[in-house]
Order: sequence, then C-alpha cells, then structure tokens
Amino acid sequence: MTAPTRSAGAGRTGRSDRAPRPVPAATSDPPVRHRSAWTRIKRDRSLLIMTVPVIVLLGVFAYVPMLGNVIAWQDYSPYVGILDSPFVGWWNFERVFTNPLFWDAVRNTLVITAFQLVFFFPIPIVLALLLNSVITPAIRTTIQSVVYLPHFFSWVLVVTIFQQLLGGAGQLHRILEANGFAGFDIMTNPDTFLVLITAQSVWKDAGWGIIIFLAALSTVDPALYEASVMDGANRWRRIWHITLPALRPVIILLLILRLGDALTVGFEQLILQRGAVGAGVAEVLDTFVYYQGVINGDWSFAAAAGLVKGIVSLILVLGANKIAHVFGEAGVYKRA
Amino acid sequence: MSTALGSNRGTHPAIDEAAAGTARPDSRRRPRRSKHRPAWEDRPTALGTGAKVIVLALIVLAVVYPLYTVIITSLSTTAAVTEAGGLITVPTELTTAAYRQILAGGIVTRATMVSVGVTAVGTLLSTTVSILCAYGLSKPTSFGHRPILFVLLITMFFGAGMIPTYLLVSNLGLIDTYWSLILPGAVSAFNVLLLRNFFMGIDPGITDAARIDGAGEWRVLGQIVLPMSKAVTAVVALFYGVGYWNAFFNAMLYINDNAKWPLQLVLRSYVLQGVTLPGSGVGQVDVATGAVTGLPVKMAVMVLAIIPVLVVYPFVQRHFTKGVIFGAIKG
Repeated sequence: MTAPTRSAGAGRTGRSDRAPRPVPAATSDPPVRHRSAWTRIKRDRSLLIMTVPVIVLLGVFAYVPMLGNVIAWQDYSPYVGILDSPFVGWWNFERVFTNPLFWDAVRNTLVITAFQLVFFFPIPIVLALLLNSVITPAIRTTIQSVVYLPHFFSWVLVVTIFQQLLGGAGQLHRILEANGFAGFDIMTNPDTFLVLITAQSVWKDAGWGIIIFLAALSTVDPALYEASVMDGANRWRRIWHITLPALRPVIILLLILRLGDALTVGFEQLILQRGAVGAGVAEVLDTFVYYQGVINGDWSFAAAAGLVKGIVSLILVLGANKIAHVFGEAGVYKRA
Repeated sequence: MSTALGSNRGTHPAIDEAAAGTARPDSRRRPRRSKHRPAWEDRPTALGTGAKVIVLALIVLAVVYPLYTVIITSLSTTAAVTEAGGLITVPTELTTAAYRQILAGGIVTRATMVSVGVTAVGTLLSTTVSILCAYGLSKPTSFGHRPILFVLLITMFFGAGMIPTYLLVSNLGLIDTYWSLILPGAVSAFNVLLLRNFFMGIDPGITDAARIDGAGEWRVLGQIVLPMSKAVTAVVALFYGVGYWNAFFNAMLYINDNAKWPLQLVLRSYVLQGVTLPGSGVGQVDVATGAVTGLPVKMAVMVLAIIPVLVVYPFVQRHFTKGVIFGAIKG
C-alpha cells in the first residue's frame, strides 16, 4: 500500500525541475555527460559567479557560526578566545539537562506551541473560507488588503498597540474603570499570558495566513461545485466534501512546518514581554539561550542549550516530513 | 467567467426557484442577484449574510481601529489627551506639534535616519544578491547547481544559533556598526527560492532566443528576465525591506551605543518600556508632568514606525497573490 501512495506524493510536489535530476546523466541531455568538469565550469562561469555573493554571505554568517558551536564542548571565555579555550567534553550538556530552568523553558515553549496550534492554527482556515464566500471582488480585495497589513508591523509595534489599548494604563482599562468595573492589566498577568500572546499572534499574522489557503481555493474547479449542487449538496456539504479536501495538502504542509518549528515560538514577541510578566511563563528556549549567554555570559552553556534546540528542531522537521510522506502528502521537500 | 455564468441564470429557473424556495411573484421582488455569484450557487439567507457582514466588519475594525486611535492621538494636543484621559477616539484639537517635536533633531530623528539608511542599504544588497543567486541557480543543468542549492536549503532547516552568531559578529569587529544590522541576516533562502521558482517558470524559448543572438547570462538576466519579474522582485524587496525596518533584536544584541539605535529599539525603550531617553528632550517633559503628557509624542513615534509600511504596502500588495503564491505553490 505504501508504494503507490509514495509515488502519488512525489508526483504532487511542485518542484518539477527536481524530478528528473536523480539521474542527471541519463538520456535527457547526453552531451553534458561527456564534458569535463572544467568545460562545464567555463560554460557556466557567469551563472556560478552570480551565486558567489550569497555563498560568501551564507558561508560567513550561517556556516562559520555552525562551526562556532564547538564552544558547546569548551569552557569558552571571550578573553581566551575560541582557539585556546579548554575542551570539557559533555560537561555543558550535562549542566543544561540538569538545569531546572532549562526544563521550565522547554515546558513553556511546548505549552505555547500546543496552545497556538489549537487556538491560532485553525483561524486562517476559517477566515479563508469566510473570505472565499465573499463574492464581490472589490469588497474581497479590500478586506484582504486590510487583514494582511498587520503582518508587516514589527513586534515592538504590535506589543505596544496591545499595551496602549489593553494594558494597565490603556484604553480598555480606563473605559472599564469609568463604568465602575474592576480594571485588569492583561499585559502583566502571568495567568492570562498565553491568551495574550495568542491574541497578538492572531492580530498580527492570522490575516496573512489566509493567503496560501485562498490560493489553494482558487485552484478548485468550479465544475465540482456545480456538479455537487446538481446532486443536492448544500452549502456545508460542499465545504466538507470539496473545499476542505482541496485545502488538505496545504493544511498538512503548514502543520508540518509548525511542528518542525515547535521549539521556536515568537522570540521577539516574548523577549519584549518577558520583563512585564516574568520569566515564569515567558521564558522559552530562545530567551533562555539569550539570557544565559549574552546577559549572564555563560557562553558555552548557552551555546549547548541552543545546539540542543537546533538539533531537536531539525529532527522534528525531518520526522514530520517522513510522516507526511507516509500519508502520501508532498511535505516540505521531496524524497530524493 | 463570472459574468458568463451570471447571464445564464435566466436559463436555470428550476435551480433559482428551488434556491429561493418561493413562488414566482415573490421572486420578482427579491433583491438583484449579484453578477458575481455563479448560477449554481443558492443565495445566502438573510441571517447568514447578516452574520457574515458583522463578522467581517468586526475583523476589519479590529485592524483599523487601533491604527486610527494611535494616529488621531499622535495628532492631538496634550490638553485633549489629558481631557480624554488617554488615547483619543473622537478628535477634538488637532496639531502636528508632536511630530515637530520628535523630528526637530534628537534621538528619534537620529533613529529614524538610522532605520531608513539600514533599510535602504540592506534591501538593496539583499535583493541584489538574491536575484543573482536565484538566476544563477535557475538552470538545472548548470555546473554545481545541486550542491549550491543544497547549501542554501540547509540554512532553512538548521540555524547555527544565537550565541555562535553573536560571537562571530563580535569577533569580526562589527559590534556597534550598522553592518551588524545588515550582514548576518542579509540572505533569506526562502526569498532566493521564491525568485528562483519564478525565474524557472519563464519560458526558456525567450531566453534561449536571446542567447542565440549573442547575449550573455548577465544581459539575459538584466534585459529579459528582470523586466519580466517585476512583481516577484517587488514582493521580495518588500519582504527584505520590512524585515530590516522592523528588526529590533539584532540592534539590541549588536548596538550598545544608543546614538546608533534604530527606530524600533527607540520605540521599545521609550514607548513600550517608558524609559526616559537621555538627550531626547522629550522624556523629561514626561517625568515633570505625568505619564499621559507624552502620549501624543509616543504615538507619533509609533506612527513614524508604521508610515513606511503604510506607504509602500499598497504598491506591492497587489502583487502578493501573483508573486508569493507562485513561489509557495510551486515551491
């Protein structure tokens, strides 16, 4: 059963250019095979030169730091330098795994991810269905333009807007107090922090999230709807049997991306508010790394924690893809 | 297409009638059928339409109202704000005093210039190198195509982490330089792939014709491919530009000297955290006369941080579906 579903999954991936490449020297382009590497380099030199700036930038700012993770096995001190700092084996990792604050950060991270998976993730889908049912193009594009907009605001701006409207000195607080209700300050209340950051995420990004669903919906053949109406399907049955199945690959793709990113939760958003609500609820893995490393100066310890996070994330992405392939979906990348 | 379907409605009386669920005389009085609604689709109930309108209106309001009140407050006098007790909903006295105050020199003016400069240089650099790399990778038969693509893809799945990156920037002597705000995040593999997907979708017949006429790859890119890719280039430039303009954490990491702070960091310290900024001349007023006095000024700083986004957004927005979706669905 697995074999046909896999091939179906492979066939559905978009990156069509990669399909023939596992056998590059096969029948498609025989002359290439006989040319030496040198003649090919000479032939493609312009194209190669064009990639140089990006390779240099990534080499220096993405790959060199990967090697820099070696300090996770050192007792690194900025005054001694990376070359002369003594190696200490797995000591830093032992410290990370036995540190209760690290596990608090892990727990907070996972709680936030789970909460947002339930209360954020479905919202763009519902919004897309709602917007898709608006048939007048002018109204539809206007609403689209409006709801996409907050995605392009900075987190500083979003958090400040929430603070000014809902915070302790904010508008809502004032209106409530003026009308004899007890005001509340959602910005500093650890108990409602999950709700707060999810509301902020929804305000900022839920609108933008619909763009990919709308694109998927626009590819649905209207004849399907027409035929289903002939067969007596009502509005809700059409959504259930035509619209949602059309969205399925996109939903699964985004779910995978989200699961792969399970350990990354709105770093900028959280570090802006960690001071106001306290580390108890707002300390996630990224902020933990920042405070342990940059603020406390325990560089090797922080690097070890960051490395653990990076590797677990990588495993999560690859694992989620694997699962997607098993279910016959395209996933983020294709099977080689 | 919708008009074609719309004009068909007269020929499907059965469906129309079944949908309306009413007799003929009634159907003559019913509201005009939208020309955008396909013939097969039944008209929504009044309740459904009403609920939809209300929900959509609330959604739009949730986005627009905060912006409105922030902008109105920034344009209000201190007296008006004091009277209202905070953010203003109904404008009374309008003035540009707050803007004149923050743009008269001082830390906000400087921060704005830093942000504008970093965004301009960064966007130009990022977009240029991304276009070059994307085009360089757009021919699957070219030498080294696959390994270079791999180098790019790995950065999407595995990040080096904050600490080693910080130490690298520090060791390169980039702390307290504007390059620290540009170079570490200059390349987004996602944007390169977005461009690459678009370039690969261009009909090879067109570019091959140019090559046969003697054009080199640089000319093909500059004179044929780029003019055909304005939409996707605009979207990628917007992504980069917004990224540079909105970034604050890299400045928090790499810039210690607050004379070099970008606007977002000033916004965070002065508006969000309520810290009085030394030498701004604005914060002192705050302390002397109470928190609310500085509110128009604070809101003006916020508006300053939104303006570039609001100005550029309408021009690029119409390309989103074309540019972004092309990349996303294909990629």
